[in-house]
Order: sequence, then C-alpha cells, then structure tokens
Amino acid sequence: MSGFLEIRGLSARLAGTGQRLLRSVDISLPAGCVRGLVGESGAGKSMIGKAVLGVLPKAVEIIEGEILLDGQDLQKVSPAERRRLIGAKAALIPQDPLTALNPSRRIGPQITDRLVDILGWTKARATTRALEVLAEVSIPEPERIMRLYPHELSGGMRQRILIASAFAAEPKLIVADEPTTALDVTVQKQILKLISELQARHGTALLFVTHDLGVVSKVCDTLSVLYAGKVVEDTTVERFFAAPQHGYSSALLAATPRHTDPSSSLKPVPHEVLETVAAEIAASDAAWRPNGGARG
Amino acid sequence: MADNIFEVSDLRVDVADMTRKPLFGPAPRLEILKGISFTVPRGVVLGIVGGSGSGKTTLGRTMVRLAEPSGGRMLFDGHDIAHLSDAAMRPLRPRIQMIFQDPLSSLNPRLTVGRTVAAPLNARANDPRVGEALEHVGLPAEFAQRYPHELSGGQRQRVGIARAIAMRPEFILADEIVSGLDVSSQAQVLMLLEKLVAELGLTLAFISHDLSVIRRLCSRVIVLRSGEIVENAATADLFERPQHAYTRELLDAIPTPDPSIRW
Amino acid sequence: MLDGRGSIRRRSGARLWLSAVWLTLFVLAALLAPWISPHDPLAQDLMLGRLPPAWVAGAEPGYWLGTDSLGRDVLSRIIHGARIALVVALIAGTATCLLGSALGMVAGFYRGWADRLISRLVDIWMAFPPVLFAILLIAVLGTGLTSVILAIVIIDWTRFCRVVRAETLNQSKMDYVHSAKVAGFTRLRTLATEILPNVLPTIIALLTLEMGIAVIVEAILSFVNLSISTDQPTWGGMIAEGRTSIHQAWWVLVFPLVALFLTVLSFAQFGDGLRERFDPVLR
Repeated sequence: MSGFLEIRGLSARLAGTGQRLLRSVDISLPAGCVRGLVGESGAGKSMIGKAVLGVLPKAVEIIEGEILLDGQDLQKVSPAERRRLIGAKAALIPQDPLTALNPSRRIGPQITDRLVDILGWTKARATTRALEVLAEVSIPEPERIMRLYPHELSGGMRQRILIASAFAAEPKLIVADEPTTALDVTVQKQILKLISELQARHGTALLFVTHDLGVVSKVCDTLSVLYAGKVVEDTTVERFFAAPQHGYSSALLAATPRHTDPSSSLKPVPHEVLETVAAEIAASDAAWRPNGGARG
Repeated sequence: MADNIFEVSDLRVDVADMTRKPLFGPAPRLEILKGISFTVPRGVVLGIVGGSGSGKTTLGRTMVRLAEPSGGRMLFDGHDIAHLSDAAMRPLRPRIQMIFQDPLSSLNPRLTVGRTVAAPLNARANDPRVGEALEHVGLPAEFAQRYPHELSGGQRQRVGIARAIAMRPEFILADEIVSGLDVSSQAQVLMLLEKLVAELGLTLAFISHDLSVIRRLCSRVIVLRSGEIVENAATADLFERPQHAYTRELLDAIPTPDPSIRW
Repeated sequence: MLDGRGSIRRRSGARLWLSAVWLTLFVLAALLAPWISPHDPLAQDLMLGRLPPAWVAGAEPGYWLGTDSLGRDVLSRIIHGARIALVVALIAGTATCLLGSALGMVAGFYRGWADRLISRLVDIWMAFPPVLFAILLIAVLGTGLTSVILAIVIIDWTRFCRVVRAETLNQSKMDYVHSAKVAGFTRLRTLATEILPNVLPTIIALLTLEMGIAVIVEAILSFVNLSISTDQPTWGGMIAEGRTSIHQAWWVLVFPLVALFLTVLSFAQFGDGLRERFDPVLR
C-alpha cells in the first residue's frame, strides 16, 4: 500500500561536515492514519517533520532519498513549486503556542493570511472558513476572538487556535511537533483529544512528533522509534506496547515512569543497549554508499 | 532537633500585578499563595504537584528564601525563617539547598564544574570534597575541569545535584528537575535521588507537574491549585483514593503508556 | 551535536590577526616616534611645501607621504600623532570603562534607589548633545591632554553604564545567581564571582569600541582646535589643516584620516575577535 506520505531512504547530513543526521529513513503514512515519531532529543524526529514541510535549517543538507507527498517527489520539483505543494497539502501544529503566534497582530488575520496568500482564496471566504474552524475547535465567540491579540488568551486557547489554523486549509497531512509539551496535563488531554477528533473527522494523515510514549499510546496508530537519525523500529502501537522488538525500544519503554504501578522499577537505558545500537548504526554506515550524491 | 524540618502555617505570598497597575499609585496585589499550611517531617520525600499557575514554584522559592512571604510563619528546624534578612539567613543557608529546573541556566557558564561545586564550600576546585560530591552523583572526577556547555543535559543536572549535596544539607528542594530531560536521563536522575536520600538521610521536597514521577519517588504528596492546597496525603492513598475532584482530574489526564487504557 | 564553531573561529582568526597587526604598528609608532620618524614633525621648510607622496610625480625622496603647506613631513606627523591617540585611547577608554561599568553593575544588581538614581542620571546625561557637551567642558576645563581625557570620561561613561546595567539585569535573573544566594554567598561576592565573569565579555567588547571612540573624540576636538596645543601634532589637527588645502594637497587630509579610520576599525574588530576566541561559552 502506498501512503499519502512516503519517505524513502532519506539521509541528511550537516552541511560541510560528514556528520549524518538522518540515516536512510523509511516512513509510510496512509491517508487518515496517525504515525508517531518517537526518540530522545537529537534523534532526528523533529528533523523529519521539518524535511516533510520543507523547512529544514540551511545547515542541514539532504544527501539522498525521496519525500513523496501525494505521489509527488518534493526533492524533484523547483523550490517555488515545492512551497506551493506543501502549502496546499500539509500544515504544522507547532510546539510552543507562546511563540508561534505573532504577538503584535490580531488572531484573525494570522489565520486568514495563509488561506489568502497560498491558496488564493478571497478575504471573505477565508474569514468564513476561519470562523467555521474556530467553532470546530470549540472556541466560544469566534468573531470576538479573531479581533483579540495572542497575549489576551491562555496557553490552551492559543494551542486551539494553532490547531484551527492548521486545519483551516483542509490539508491532507498535518505534522504535529510536540504540540502539548508546554501544556499542563489536564489541558494536554483536551488538546490531544481535539487533535484526534479532528484528524478522524477529516481523514487527515498525522505525523506526530513526541518524546512521550504515554501520548503515543493515546494518539497514534503506528510509530517509528528513532535513534541517532535511524529508524530502529517501525511497528503498530498495539505491538509496540505489548512486546517491543528492538532492544532500544524496550529499554525506552522501561525507562518511562507509570503512575499506575509504583512497584515497577524504573530502569535507565542500559549501557549495553546503547552500545548495541551504536554498533548497528556503525555497521549500516559502513555498508552505506551514497548513490545519488548531494541533491536538493 | 525538631521532628518536622519544616512547619509552614498560613503562608501567603503576593506580588504587584503590573498588568493592572494604574498610571499613578501602587499596582494592585496579586495573591500567589493564599495562606497554606503543611509540615515536612524529617526524612520524608514530599511531592508538590500542580499545574502552571498553581504557585508550586513560588512555594519552593519561598521555602529556600529566594522570595520573602507577605504573611504567615515558616519554621525551619524550629526557627522562623519567613522574614529573616539576607544576613541572618546566611548561617542557615548550608542546611537548606536547592536544585534548579534548568541545569544550563543554573550553572554559571564561565565556571568549570569543579569551581561551581567548590564555591559554596569556600574551597578550591581540587578540594577532595568536590571529587567526593561528583563521585556521589556518578560523575568521574575529571569532570571538574569541564564547562557546563560541554556536558549533556543529564550530566548538568547531576552537577546541580552535586553542588547541593556537597554542602551536606538537611533539606533539599528540587524544582522540576527532570522535566527538561529525556526519559533515560530522567530515570537515571530519579534513581540517583532515591539513592542519595537513603544514603545521606536527606529530606527532599520534589516539585513536579508529572504525577508518574511523583509516585515513583515521593512518600507524601501535596496537590496545589491556584495558591491553595487541595489535598495533602500519603502517596499510596492519593493515587488509590483521591479525595478531591481536582486530584482525580489530574490523575485521569495522565497519558499512561499503555494503549489498552483508553481516555 | 551541531558543530559549526570551527569555521567561526577561523573567520574570527583573520580578523583578530589583521587588527592586532595594525594595533601593534600603532603602538610601536607611538612608543618609538622620536626614533623612527624620518623628520622632525614640527620642522617647517616653506621650500618643501606641499610635496606629493613618493609615488606621485614631483615627489622629493625621503618624504614618503608628502608634506603639508608649511613643508612638515606628513608621515612623521602621523607617527607623532599616534602618541596622543594612544594615550587618549588607553587612559580615557579605561577610565570611562571603569566608571561606567561599576555604576552599571551596581544599578543592575542592587536595583532599588541606587538603580533609580543612576538610571535617571544616565537619562539626563544622554539628553545633552555629546559634541556640544565636550566643547563646553573643554571651555570650562581649559585645553590640554588632561582636559580632553576628563571630557571623554565625563561624557561617555553612560554608554557603558546602560549596556552593563542591562546585561547585569539579565544575568541576575539567571538561576545560577539564585543558586549563589542559596549557597549563602554575600551580595558583593555574588557580584564579583558570578556576575562579573559573565558581564566581562560585554565590557571588553565595549572597552575596545570605546578606545576607538576616544580617538575619534580627540580628533573632533583637535579639529575644532580645542584639544592639545597646536605645536603637538594630532590626527584631528592634521585633518583640520588638510581640509583647507584639499584641492592642492589631498594627501595632507587623506593619510591621517586613513590612520584614524584603520585604528578605530581595528579596536572594534580586535575586541570582537578576542571575545570569540577566548570566551569559554562561545568556544
């Protein structure tokens, strides 16, 4: 089955150095499904999300691989065409609701601008859509909220607005980059439920970047566990939590505290496991030959 | 030596609310802590949990007297420290230590690890107590020569812990010290804390928003909401028989890493 | 780990070395002026007036950068002018830095009435147009090297005070300062061992900048004839004199201007380069 988003053999490195950041990453995400990207900081999970949205930092260079969005290879089209494709089909729910909204502009135009600029909608159509989508994320009095500034709203409300903004253009793919890390658990629960509900109703494909296995178990269908830019396990949520296959995955799971079970002993990821993964990566690096050279 | 290392009664903290300050005249006061009372028995690990805006960080900073309360009493080992001046507080300082949330900003970027740990002891970086403190937190003695930016997040947090325990304090306040760490470093730091509490006979107050971590580490828990204590119970009781609706809501919202438990 | 730091260091290396070379030449010229200048900077010889530099037709051998309308050797005057510039840069720059930084740190760290007093003073001070203020001060203090240095210190301490106060405020909010308080450090000790090392890179960058500015202020005062007595060659004085004969003898104006420009630029670049090279945080 070919997914709405297909990433094949994606490798990236830090420009100017040989240091590899992504190692032949394969990810397939069918329409309407939710895939979690899990890993510790520096594992490259956010970088994959950025690559999909075409917003990699300049210092990161894609060496080879394909990113197919709805069958079109983003690496093979012109930058302008890529921006248009991504703008029409994908959207981002960012991590930090405090900095993701421009503090000196009203909420309304921050949602409608994108619809007008990228999709070429009329102002009136964009405004109607914005009101509609704000109502959909259960924001009371959307007309009034559109006239407010971000600082007049709570963190949870701001995150709702960012979600509304992501769904406004009816994208087929949404990348959520740690969308609830900055929120309280009670708000986190509401926001995650909201994202899941909207995703299911619109049949959106969702790429969910997170470090929290608890969140993955509630939101995702499938997941990719990343370590040092390599997918070490690609599996379904049920199988992962029942019996993780890779040593690193099970160690990660064992290190996650559970409030339901005080007797469970908390285990840091053991040294041997890290050494095994490092050896695997070294072996695959040694076998790896760049065939396409630097592209993109 | 009092049985309770801390006895806090009717503690109040308010700050000037600058967002509602009139053009002339003083700003209205905003109550952060609205008269809270609790005790910390010696040798206990007390969890303080609450959402953002609950006042948990303010409570911590007030207990170590980085902030001065506006009312109430706060007995540390029988002395009321609520309104002590900086100078009067200084002799008590070595007994009350703190570990900070962000290990990068809490370590002076221009001092080596050794000097950071040695400074409160009025010792040199090569003092044996520095090496001993580093060893206690599982860092090799060579780390004394490194700068904070050369360490990983977990290692920095260990330095923060080493600095606190080097003083041989009786009480340590830990403010969200694992929230910025990856799960594996988080597990290491929690295990380290457990070990140190047992070995050094510490009393620990552990502020966190994460109930899973609290359950792992603490023997008692205080639940704070908008500056008031809504529940104060032994950990097992709190998790199995939560009394207050807010506690139940908090427990209910934890994403347990298990897909069979639906929300 | 991202690591683009190597390339930054290489770039700052070239900048650091080029500026260091020019500043070394500048200091050597100032120290050794009587021995290395080819002519007496004050010796007038109307027969040799307005000689062009050595590579232009009509030049006289030995007068590398030509002579001014009174027949004084431009190169020798630039070399001697470096002495005044150096003294002003070092003494005025350092004194300004000490005064401004101390007040800035006190204001930023202790806050309260000290901060209010110092900050108001800075506001009032900065409302005066600096050049006018300098001219006024010299008129009161009388001309001479000491007056020039005093004027620079009195005018420019606010530059340090504002920046250092803001940086101190920033640093004071960091948890390592709180942690020093928890450790029982006195306030003075916290200021000296925790805050000062973190504000120092800013102070050094400002200091090198200020040395350049001091040279310029001295040149401006010389230009309006308010600095040192006219028998001491100064770059500003030379520029003022050169201006009158710009159409007949451009070199009298241009060479001291180039020396001034390179010196001021080098001070700034040297400061930035030093910071990038020796700051353990950037490193």
